[in-house]
Amino acid sequence: MMEKGLSCREAFCRELAELGRKNPEIVALTSDARGSSALGVFATALPDQFIEVGIAEQNEIGMAAGLAAVGKRPYVCAPASFLSARALEQIKVDVAYSRMNVKLLAVSGGISYGALGMSHHSVHDVAALRAMPGIRVILPCDEAQTVALLRGLEADDEPAYIRVGKAPMPIVYGPEAEFAVGKASRLRPGTDLTIIACGEMVYPAIEAFEQLAGEGISAQVLDMHTLSPLDGEAIFAAAGIGPIITIEEHSVNGGLGASAARLVVTNRPVPMRILALPETENAISGPSGEVFRHYGLDRDGLCRAARELMKAG
Amino acid sequence: MEPQELRRKAAGIRRDLLNMIYRARAGHTGGSLSSADILTALYYGAMRVDPANPQWRDRDYFVLSKGHSVEGLLCILADRGFFPKAELDTFCRFGTRLIGHPNNRVPGVEMNTGALGHGLSISTGMAKGLKMSGRPNRVFTLMGDGELAEGSIWEAAMAASHYRLDNLTAIVDRNRLQISGDTEAVMAQEPLADRWRAFGWQAVQLDGHDMEALMAEFRREPARDKPRVIIARTVKGRGVREMENVPKWHHGVPDAELLASAMRQLAEQERGA
Repeated sequence: MMEKGLSCREAFCRELAELGRKNPEIVALTSDARGSSALGVFATALPDQFIEVGIAEQNEIGMAAGLAAVGKRPYVCAPASFLSARALEQIKVDVAYSRMNVKLLAVSGGISYGALGMSHHSVHDVAALRAMPGIRVILPCDEAQTVALLRGLEADDEPAYIRVGKAPMPIVYGPEAEFAVGKASRLRPGTDLTIIACGEMVYPAIEAFEQLAGEGISAQVLDMHTLSPLDGEAIFAAAGIGPIITIEEHSVNGGLGASAARLVVTNRPVPMRILALPETENAISGPSGEVFRHYGLDRDGLCRAARELMKAG
Repeated sequence: MEPQELRRKAAGIRRDLLNMIYRARAGHTGGSLSSADILTALYYGAMRVDPANPQWRDRDYFVLSKGHSVEGLLCILADRGFFPKAELDTFCRFGTRLIGHPNNRVPGVEMNTGALGHGLSISTGMAKGLKMSGRPNRVFTLMGDGELAEGSIWEAAMAASHYRLDNLTAIVDRNRLQISGDTEAVMAQEPLADRWRAFGWQAVQLDGHDMEALMAEFRREPARDKPRVIIARTVKGRGVREMENVPKWHHGVPDAELLASAMRQLAEQERGA
């Protein structure tokens, strides 16, 4: 049975409270989402560094940009669906274009709120933000990686959008997660093909690695946690091994698969399979695990794709 | 500067911005002229800024929320020495940093604006951050009246009074014209002062071309615990008879004849200041 750690949102906000105790310039903003963002610890421990803006995401991002302009280190913590749609222009102009040191923690991203419908899904956010220069897009996959990511981000002054899910995550990394923004992490070696995953899809990729190994298929597994800027070198190296499967909790348009395919097709074409949410319909609503299974976004979906590619090859 | 000098300076800024628009063959003319006195009062009278050190920690912060009126701001920043005046010739040219909206790669410009309805949130964040740090700097933002239809303005208005940001002054360039015509016909703003008061602000109305009134208000100690809005009644196209209160001059480039007429009128205003 898999061992689970904290949800990434909890891991992030606990660590943020630790960092905030040491640095009074760190400020957390939320839009009536302290519960869903797991900001309770921060708000209780550091009330003078906590800013509630009410249900007003546009003002939330604009204020964060203003706080950064006077030297604060703002973290905006709110659901991905609202940050990346309602306040997209503020992210574009006030943060990315103005180069303000604002870090956005977009919680319950993708279809975390599976049963709540498209209003609460964010399967467009990577595509929207990858099309904007000036903001990094990062999807960590577990507790340890999230903590390592946040510590790394605290050392720089550049904008970032960090998308995490809602649920506690299986442990992928050991307590000392090695992590470099913009550089894919190779989690498993392999010689037949490569599975490239991000965020909550990294754990199923490891499950698929084990299943496929039992069937005699050697799959390399890459954690492409940073989607902007994308690690092209890692993708080219994967194409040197063989076919590529990508898997993501995002629309098939404009996310990991589409972006990796652009690099592959213009440099070193190899067969690919892109596992993602469909473009022709809104994701079916329901518990996210069941939705993932329906669309093949799990170990079995990955194994099917791998077998097909090996047969075709 | 005293009001008389400020009036002369404002006439000069109007000349500079019209020349710049004429050379570039592009620009937002009417709103730049309506806001020229407000910006002059801020940059030559009210605000603490240091052209030699644009990032001076003790400066007052300014955000041009109505970013399309960047012409006046650029001419003022150049005149104050934030960057060489000759650079104004590059306005809107290929590859320039002096683009048609505020660009914070230009010394003295704090934030990139241009999409309307953003500046008050940014200013609210600045004012809140300064308060949290116990710093005395003040924050000023200039908004258009048409811009007030953006919902984000009222999100910010709510937050600024909730956080009692008395270090924040918002100014509305109330020229009553937006690109499609009369603001009251496009989307009524009145009773404007009452709206701001209902959001917990101290609201002041004055003539936005009256330097004495502007400077008296900027020098007055604002009410404690409340942000302040100054609704500055202005005339779009102010200073050039042919452009005053004419909606089509929201943007537009004068021909040589109109430019010459404008220069004569502004020289007269400078002499009569």
